[in-house]
Amino acid sequence: MGHIVVMDDSEAQFALTRYSRRLWHELRPDLPASAEYDQCGTLWVAADEQEMAEVRRKEKYYNQRGVRAEVLDARAVAAAEPYLRRNLAGGLRVVDDGVIYPPCAARYLIESAIAWKAQLRTGADVRALLREGGVVMADGSRFSAGIVVNAAGPWSPALIPGLPVRKRKGHLVITDRYPGQIHHQIIELGYLKSAHSVGTDSVAFNVQCRKTGQILIGSSRQYNEEGTEINHEILERMLQRAFEYMPGLAKLTVTRCWTGHRAATPDKLPLIGPVPDNEKIWLATGHEGLGITTSLATGKLLTDLLLERPTEISAEPYAPARLLQTNESAPEPCLTA
Amino acid sequence: MVGAGPAGIAAACVAAENRRTVAVVDNSPWLGGQIWRGIQTKTRGGTARHWLDRLQNSDVQIFSSATIFASPSANQLLAETPDGVLEFNWKKLVLATGARELFLPFPGWTLPGVMGPGGLHAMAKSGWPVAEKKVVIAGSGPLLLAVADGLKKEGARVSLVAEQANWSEVMRFGLSLLRHPRKLIQGVGIKSRIIGVPYHFGCWPVRANGSSQVESVTLTDGSRSWTVDCDYLACGFHLVPNLELPRLLGCAVSNGYVSVNEFQLTSVPDVFCAGEPTGIGGVDCALIEGQVAGWVAVEAPDYARKLFGLRADWHRFRASLHQAFALRPELRRLATPNTYVCRCEDVRLEDLSNCKSWRDTKLNTRCGMGSCQGRICGAAAEFLFGWKNDSVRPPLFPVRASSLAGKTDALPEITAEPNISSPT
Repeated sequence: MGHIVVMDDSEAQFALTRYSRRLWHELRPDLPASAEYDQCGTLWVAADEQEMAEVRRKEKYYNQRGVRAEVLDARAVAAAEPYLRRNLAGGLRVVDDGVIYPPCAARYLIESAIAWKAQLRTGADVRALLREGGVVMADGSRFSAGIVVNAAGPWSPALIPGLPVRKRKGHLVITDRYPGQIHHQIIELGYLKSAHSVGTDSVAFNVQCRKTGQILIGSSRQYNEEGTEINHEILERMLQRAFEYMPGLAKLTVTRCWTGHRAATPDKLPLIGPVPDNEKIWLATGHEGLGITTSLATGKLLTDLLLERPTEISAEPYAPARLLQTNESAPEPCLTA
Repeated sequence: MVGAGPAGIAAACVAAENRRTVAVVDNSPWLGGQIWRGIQTKTRGGTARHWLDRLQNSDVQIFSSATIFASPSANQLLAETPDGVLEFNWKKLVLATGARELFLPFPGWTLPGVMGPGGLHAMAKSGWPVAEKKVVIAGSGPLLLAVADGLKKEGARVSLVAEQANWSEVMRFGLSLLRHPRKLIQGVGIKSRIIGVPYHFGCWPVRANGSSQVESVTLTDGSRSWTVDCDYLACGFHLVPNLELPRLLGCAVSNGYVSVNEFQLTSVPDVFCAGEPTGIGGVDCALIEGQVAGWVAVEAPDYARKLFGLRADWHRFRASLHQAFALRPELRRLATPNTYVCRCEDVRLEDLSNCKSWRDTKLNTRCGMGSCQGRICGAAAEFLFGWKNDSVRPPLFPVRASSLAGKTDALPEITAEPNISSPT
């Protein structure tokens, strides 16, 4: 499930996630039931007083900026989520966050685009971008276009070598159905350390519940793991971390494990806009773990920038130019052969 | 040896009798696999008794109720048992994972009382009362006759066996039985006991009828349809191999079966495969393949070679079995738009209308994402749409989260923790 969440690692991250969450709220009445949008809220749990201080800081920061958040003490956390371990310090509830099932939401969005005369080609493998605008397909055929947007996520560097986007692997463990047991997306506050560390492998307690009652247990972050196979070592660490926060999870039946790659940038912000020196090639990539949340805002920003309209929030912090040099050593779009 | 059916037992006996340290691991609580289930206590003499005795007189270590669910590193397997997780470190591995029944969706197939022939037979053998119950057996394959025989012995009133294959095809198969004397005797032995049970060829179920329980089944021969009352409809369309573990270990699969060489070796070094995963050939074929794997595993390939001739006979038998019971294309059109395809996730045929692949289907409809892990609907979708499901990840079977978490000594002791209740 995708987590629709407002996060505050930086002002720019906060602005983009808040904007995008509002867009999800606006879209919600039109989404099909299969998108399973559930405004369950995020519960950030604090293990100790140090983390509680961070909870209070976040509460203030969010509320000052119009994002509803409330501090929960240990008793209130236990009441909100009875399966959490008892000796937690407290938590922060971000009321208007939610979860969504991305494949069906994406399907709705693409069908909306098609209704506006967009053409969809599936099974069409793009091998290269053309400097003069357009793409080369795997079968050698070309498709010309005034502007191409590279939104290939963790695979985006394959089309623009040198693009500073790295694959960051994650694991998820998915249980059988246990409806009514977990009410929020629950995340340890230490998740922020894990998500925002740039270096080593990390795990953090992060669970969410689908409407079906299946519980999704995460999370892990690893660089230099290109394959999609399960890495048992990090899977074990991830589960043990989850059991520390919610011991009852250990007894649940697991039906599946999943892996995927996030598209990570060095400064933890996405790349949205044209590449330097070539206004025909645009980027919408590098969203790391916030791709579902920020997808709608990314689309709006791209549209406004393309149409040279004012953007609702400043697009400057996400401009690719900040990470891509504009000199001779700029990443070259691929072949023009 | 993974699997305590005929192939696994044969391989285990050969290896243990040659003084190797042998473990047999099986997820069921009994020995003998699906085919010899329940035979241990009841039967005297015969092939099954011979092999089960031979196994029990050997030094093979038997791990029943042990479900292999992961292979965290090369030459290592993890099994969940009621008492915790077992770790197996192997030098030679024989995969004898058997087969399961193929279920195809048709209106009413999810009604209570509709089940697999093998499943109903197993339940009857474990004491589920079938005496005086009206049973219709439908689908395909020699298993239907064996189940008719077994259910009659348990007192069921088997009113009909409906085989989808045509008489002419099965006759060709029947004629090829003549070249396999033991199969012929077995076949006649069954037939003599089920005299009085009509065995219809070229007919198949189109609908199971009933409100809360199956009450009748409508059958067709392609030109006319008729309805037969029943308390149980035992319906299965022959067998599909269990390929999850071979695939997890990276064994090459071609045309739906594990590829093996003449020594039963797969594409992965030191990993053998024997029995149904290499081709649906029945007990005798599995026993010979298991012995070949056993002899090669103990580095006595000359003994394996002595079995090649016999195995070739059974492979011819297997090929004719395959031909005779090939599924007719009409079976692809039994389901109506509102027929469930995936019963774990309540996905109907109409929900699949825009899907182009198995992955697409899983993402968009959740078909195959439930607790059977796609074992039932995945096999059906492969037959219906030609979608391949070749991505396999641990856990191979549903297991407790703690089994996937490795050592959990570091967990804090927490008392009076509310229990998360059982799945509903």
